[in-house]
Amino acid sequence: MASLKVEGVTVAYGGNLALDGVGLTAERGRVTGLIGPNGAGKSTLFDVVSGLRRPSSGRVLLDGRDVTRLGPARRARHGLARTFQRLELFGRLSVRDNLLVAAELGPGRRHAARLADEIIDRVGLAGVAGVLADALPTGAARLAEVGRALAARPALLLLDEPAAGQDAGETERFAALLRSLAADGTAVVLVEHDMGLVMSVCDEVHVLDLGKVIAVGPPEAVRRDAAVLAAYLGEP
Amino acid sequence: MDQFLAFGVVGLSTAAIYAVIGSGLVLTYVTTGVFNFAHGAAGMLAAFAYWQLTAGWGWPVPVALAAVLLVLAPAFGLLVERVLLRPVQHLGEAERMVMMVALLSGLIAAARWIWDPNVARPLPAFFADRTPFRAGPVTVTWHQALTMAVAVAVAAGLWALLNRTRSGAAMRATVDDRALAGLTGADPVRANQVAWVLGTQLAAVGGILIAPAVALDAQQLSLLIVSAYTAAIFGRLRSLPLTFLGAVVVGCLESYLTGYLPQNPYLPGLRLAAPALLLFAALLLFPHRRLRGRDRRLARVPLPSRRGALVFAASVAAAGVVLATVLEGDDLVTFGPLFPLGMVALSYVPLTGYAGQISLCQLSMAGIGAVVWAHLGADGRPWALAVAVLVAAVAGALIALPALRLSGVYLALGTAAFAVVLDRWVFTLPSFDVLGVRIALFEQGSLEVSGPSLLGARLDGERETIVFSAVCLALASLGVAALRRGRFGRRLIALRDSEAAYATLGGRPLVARVAVFALGAGIAGLGGALYGMQLRTITADQFSLVAGLPVFLIAVIGGLGYVGNGLFSGTAFTGPNILLGPASWTQNLVAVLPALAGMGLGHSPDGLLARLRRDWEPVARDRIAMPVLALVLALAWLLRVADAVGGWALLAGVLAAALALREYAASRTRSAAEPEVPVEWWGVRRPWRAEDGEVLARGIAQG
Repeated sequence: MASLKVEGVTVAYGGNLALDGVGLTAERGRVTGLIGPNGAGKSTLFDVVSGLRRPSSGRVLLDGRDVTRLGPARRARHGLARTFQRLELFGRLSVRDNLLVAAELGPGRRHAARLADEIIDRVGLAGVAGVLADALPTGAARLAEVGRALAARPALLLLDEPAAGQDAGETERFAALLRSLAADGTAVVLVEHDMGLVMSVCDEVHVLDLGKVIAVGPPEAVRRDAAVLAAYLGEP
Repeated sequence: MDQFLAFGVVGLSTAAIYAVIGSGLVLTYVTTGVFNFAHGAAGMLAAFAYWQLTAGWGWPVPVALAAVLLVLAPAFGLLVERVLLRPVQHLGEAERMVMMVALLSGLIAAARWIWDPNVARPLPAFFADRTPFRAGPVTVTWHQALTMAVAVAVAAGLWALLNRTRSGAAMRATVDDRALAGLTGADPVRANQVAWVLGTQLAAVGGILIAPAVALDAQQLSLLIVSAYTAAIFGRLRSLPLTFLGAVVVGCLESYLTGYLPQNPYLPGLRLAAPALLLFAALLLFPHRRLRGRDRRLARVPLPSRRGALVFAASVAAAGVVLATVLEGDDLVTFGPLFPLGMVALSYVPLTGYAGQISLCQLSMAGIGAVVWAHLGADGRPWALAVAVLVAAVAGALIALPALRLSGVYLALGTAAFAVVLDRWVFTLPSFDVLGVRIALFEQGSLEVSGPSLLGARLDGERETIVFSAVCLALASLGVAALRRGRFGRRLIALRDSEAAYATLGGRPLVARVAVFALGAGIAGLGGALYGMQLRTITADQFSLVAGLPVFLIAVIGGLGYVGNGLFSGTAFTGPNILLGPASWTQNLVAVLPALAGMGLGHSPDGLLARLRRDWEPVARDRIAMPVLALVLALAWLLRVADAVGGWALLAGVLAAALALREYAASRTRSAAEPEVPVEWWGVRRPWRAEDGEVLARGIAQG
């Protein structure tokens, strides 16, 4: 069964449709890519899935259960965690305390301190664990957000441009981290502008443009899709 | 029917004044983004100035009116804009609000200073010598007719200004985007100035028109504004027509309550509290806002070390012992409230410092604690203290429930409204029964308060109470430090830093917020009970909204993220009273001090404690200076107890020794550190180090 299933979600801002009947599935053990030009509605879709925004129609199912009416905290208890494109770290806490808050709220709360330290090592944050989140450079801050989401021990992880601001070496390490997360059985949904990263780690890619899904398929197929090329490069 | 219409006319004429004041408030809010808590105080000042010119100096009414409305009010508006707001324009909404609260508190204190509150100052109504005219079945005085005419003129004038003039267009553009308006040729600073001038003029018109109907009293006039606030909230601080509608609702409600409320000892306060209740209701009618994202620029919340917290707590307790043994006579009464008021200020640390909830009713919570202790603790039973804390905590949770929907300015207004309801109604109630339990408050007068019994000893003298309060503050500071180090403290900070992230991690913002309101109220309640023990006799006035504003201001100036805020605020609040002994005329100056300090907030938004800590840390860490300082203090204390030196000599001596030691410790740290190598020479004049890359990256990220 799909870990996440989004069906016919529509969100309207005034008269504009930010999302127009969008569907999406993400399965355990796979990395699902979600790409599209700026303003396509990717972050809005994440807000709908994580419960920060109510859709005007459509459903969100986690492990087959309809969670459309539940708030963000209840969805988190169903195993959902996310990062934010516009960083939402707890700026006045240290990186380790950021992870600790997540661990203490999640299913790993009995061993929160140990869990936080393990993730700090796994994600590669040991050098900045004691630094206040506000003082982090962007690349490290994005990584800290990923670490915080992982500390909640999610079954479904939504990542919103996690690799922005990273250099080539960091991106390579990050790709390895994503593959290892999927291998552990986590369903990962990745929004990312770095096409190299998307093509190398995703098992399936959804393309969003102007609030609609215009293509779904394996990375290679999507790359050659005429509608996708038109959306990114303009009509020939 | 005639009576109904007559009250309607009274209500409408009051409504007209509220509409004028409320529209000034809306005008400044939409143009500058500042909610002017001191708007009513500006009107109050105008009323006093008008009285001074006419009744005081005998100027003709038209000249006095022109002087107040065309010269003094605009000048005052420009002054406030230039001196108070421009320096904090780049800071957050909270800082701008603190400025306005400081201005409110300062203006009330200043007005009491200039115009002795014990002298009656009747102000005649306009056209008082003309006989009222009849309009159909009702009689209308000329003053009432004038008021309504002014409101209509204001409405028309504002409409024309905003829709038909260049300034109005610039003002409306500034609301949407200051920078963008600036780029298109509008001048945001000028738009702000126009808004402040007009806003202050409208407040002045309202103040002068309403003063003849009520006593010319600084506090009462400043708080009449609650009704105008309610009107402005009806307009959601944006719409002028809805503000006028809100004013009509409030004005008529007040008038009809006066006319038709049954005679009953429990209800007269309700009429006075009605605008505040209505304000509370209007605030709650606001739609749910979305979960907030991250707030930039929040003051720091340092993590106290376990050892540091213990040393600090021990110092607080020791300070209590020193004060209790050194002070004598009246000084015991003057400085006794140091620790209790410090406790009330400490309640702001978790509530506002960590969780970001602004409450203007913490002293009211203290009042609840004091009342419960006064009644239950008369025999000194220590468990009554726990009950006092508990009742205050429950009251705190009760305000939190409706206030959960509010944030920022609205939360501050909501808690202020709650404080006003307590001041004007609840605290004035005679005793009553609920489910067979007799509930008594201030018994419409004052209450006697006694100290607790501990281990068979009755702590009833001033000295014992000071030590007891100090120990309580030490323990509470320790508790707040533990909170900061623990899970709940982390959650509160996380909730404030990003509510959206907190919720998507599975946290429940509502639960955390109710809990922290209850905690803050509990701490304040304990402070109130201790304050009562210190004062011996308490009245409702000592716990009013206006009395609580300076405590809030001092706590903000100290820095709300610091556990040491309790001791700091208590000291800063009672300390200036030291001037009263040698020069009693300084009393009014001391009353204005917290407001003046609050207005200086723009210069150190992180709080004074951050600075004190930075300055004194070398002494605390120095292996020689610290023991010497402890020795000096101990010696000074012994000399004073043995009556070998006077208080002033001692104070001067200790201060001089402490400053000298600070210099000494600072010079030692300077010489210990290696000479500073400019960053561009790293790796050249000194070897490149492993951590340098990290340091540079962080510097760039912050820059």
